Amino acid sequence: MISVPLLIIGAGPAGLCAAYRAAEAGVDVLILERAQKLGGQLVKQTHKFFGSEKQFASTRGIEIAKILTDRLEGLPGRVELQTDATVLGFYEDGVVTAEVRGKFMKYHPECCIVATGASEKTLAFAGNDLPGVYGAGAVQTLMNEYGVRPGNRVLMIGAGNIGLIVSYQLLQAGVKVAAVLDAADEIGGYLVHASKIRRAGVPILTRHTVERAYGDERVEHAIIHALDDEWRKIPGSEQQFDVDVICVAVGLSPLTDLLWQAGVDMKYIGALGGYVPLRDADMMTSVKGLYIAGDVAGIEEASSAMVEGEIAGIAAALRLGFITEKNEILKKDCLNQLRQLRAGPGSEKIRTGMALAGAYV
Amino acid sequence: MDSNRILEHPILEFNEGDDLPFSFDGRELMGKTGDTVASALHAAGVHVLGHHFKTGRPRGFYCAIGNCSSCLMIVNGVPNVRVCVEPLQAGMVVCSQDDRGILP
Repeated sequence: MISVPLLIIGAGPAGLCAAYRAAEAGVDVLILERAQKLGGQLVKQTHKFFGSEKQFASTRGIEIAKILTDRLEGLPGRVELQTDATVLGFYEDGVVTAEVRGKFMKYHPECCIVATGASEKTLAFAGNDLPGVYGAGAVQTLMNEYGVRPGNRVLMIGAGNIGLIVSYQLLQAGVKVAAVLDAADEIGGYLVHASKIRRAGVPILTRHTVERAYGDERVEHAIIHALDDEWRKIPGSEQQFDVDVICVAVGLSPLTDLLWQAGVDMKYIGALGGYVPLRDADMMTSVKGLYIAGDVAGIEEASSAMVEGEIAGIAAALRLGFITEKNEILKKDCLNQLRQLRAGPGSEKIRTGMALAGAYV
Repeated sequence: MDSNRILEHPILEFNEGDDLPFSFDGRELMGKTGDTVASALHAAGVHVLGHHFKTGRPRGFYCAIGNCSSCLMIVNGVPNVRVCVEPLQAGMVVCSQDDRGILP
């Protein structure tokens, strides 16, 4: 059993920012990351970020991952990073078990920040199990991390930011996008992303959904149809698209397994993507000393994940007795940043969801 | 064989990487350093990674980041390996999986 002052689970934007703030205050930090690389899903995000300078606006996600990792060196607290380290269990007595490069390990952290992120949702339609039906994030990984095209012609389901951004990235990789569908009557993502793909000649069909994917061993074509005001199929509106990939971009759900194991109070909040942990303004859950940050706390964006990580890192440092004047000022500033990020008219849903989860809004 | 590799990209540069030979269901294929088993297979045009243990329907990957377990294959005799996050190594023996898998 290894005792650690602060364990952070996940080295994505939230976890890396939490580690930075905690170590800056003098806390020794251990980060366990399941993947081989640091940065979480930043490593596949080739687009430039929005937000303000503090959240690295106009920097590409792939570059942000490097910045967040590099700045963990030479801080007052020591940051130990373990990759290929999958946390397996979170026990009632606070013991955390993990498989670290094939070896079973047990840790006893004084404080813990869970920053495990999210997983892609799928959509129910006939043939959705065929190879060629991929999550939009999966396609982004395949192209931007490994340099492999998912196929030749793609049908994108979902016109939120992920659907729109990945459509554009498909075009950048030389893949044709037949159309982008969304069941809603409006485009969900930022219009600046939508305009880019429209200018490239890709139709965005709102009030449309996929009906069925056809193919023997992989997707060969798809049938879509239009929806009426009651979300029912409009008879006779079927269209066929000859595509070999159907990309599903219908949202994410928080990866909360470890929080359930830890006995954290959870609540189903649709606006945040599913079951999420209740938390206070410090990002602490109902289990004392157990904090959350990023998509596991409710589906949002990498920008807010970074700020939530900072808040959790500062709060954990304060709880561990590393109290500095700077800490308190920083935390206030972070809370303001979060409020600004969630201030727009498009963030109404997030604000409602966060208020239900007990977060500072 | 590698027609699915992106050779030109406005933002990213993909290193050529060393060739890594591996086998898939007895076929000799070539991947690159930095590949996962799944990315190497996809680059080589292999999309069906196995078949569902009950229905026999073909399976591919879905999430590509180790969450969904849609991509389980037998790698060097070990079943239920999530090949979307399994780094490719030279000489790997990769087989499609059509059952629940038996641990060696």
